[in-house]
Amino acid sequence: MSETNFNIKIIYDQMNDGNVIFTYKGDISSDLITDALNIVEEKLKNEKSKNKIKRRIYYVLVECLQNLYHHKDKPPDLINLGNNFAMFVLSKRKDSSYKISTGNFITKDKIQLLKDRIDQINSLSAKELKALYKLVLNNQEFSEKGGGGLGMIDIVKRTKNKLSYKFHNFGNNDYFYMLNIKVD
Amino acid sequence: MKKISITGSPKTPFVNFDAKEGLVEIKGRSIPENSIEFYKPLVDWLDLYTKSPQKMTNVNIQLEYFNTSSSKCILDVFKRLETIYKARNEVIINWFYEEDDEDMLEAGEDYESIINIPFKMVELEE
Repeated sequence: MSETNFNIKIIYDQMNDGNVIFTYKGDISSDLITDALNIVEEKLKNEKSKNKIKRRIYYVLVECLQNLYHHKDKPPDLINLGNNFAMFVLSKRKDSSYKISTGNFITKDKIQLLKDRIDQINSLSAKELKALYKLVLNNQEFSEKGGGGLGMIDIVKRTKNKLSYKFHNFGNNDYFYMLNIKVD
Repeated sequence: MKKISITGSPKTPFVNFDAKEGLVEIKGRSIPENSIEFYKPLVDWLDLYTKSPQKMTNVNIQLEYFNTSSSKCILDVFKRLETIYKARNEVIINWFYEEDDEDMLEAGEDYESIINIPFKMVELEE
């Protein structure tokens, strides 16, 4: 196993802490998303949490998987992984909250914009988030990948929890982006 | 005008647009990866309907889940309805949500505050 593949394994193991409800590492496709959402929905039926929480988990997962689908970059050439590689984990914590973690490669040029965007969203009050949500919703522009730029705003608006993120360097231009979201 | 009837799928909603009846219905889940592709024919249909709408248009939106890329497309649908409303036609918008789904109620209120048509919020018992 190369050093970089070993690092991916360590990251994946770290993400899979707590009581794992669903976990995936591999190529992300539209069919995979459909199947994963079906399985998660079935598994959530067995959870004792309120329906409101289960719905939020589903919502956050939908947005996270869309983000992975549209925004992942291909892994560095040296790594033996498919071009559409990403990972995600839904787990339950000791305090009965849930955690959704995602991981995907991104190129260096996108990091600053992403950091700025998350930091900005994290800094807003509930009222400010709602105003920003409506502003972006009503803005006719779509990014070239069809994303409305609303996903992360909506996640924080619904969960009322801040996003936590990390970037792990995999050589000059390639980074692994990890995002954690708490739902409670 | 031809009717649009689309059966629901795990990621796309049931759609029933009927010009003769003045009926616009979207129900179920709207979480496709490419929302624009799904909604484009619906918005095109509404553009045409806007030119000769019924005196009264009934709109039923009953979504279980929708993703944020659909949310922009749904706003496009509402903007067409707003045009009809502004031309002094009656437009009744029923926004359905399950009884404990505050998030869905709030989503309806967010749309209502952008579109200048009053929404009727209809709570569904689980």
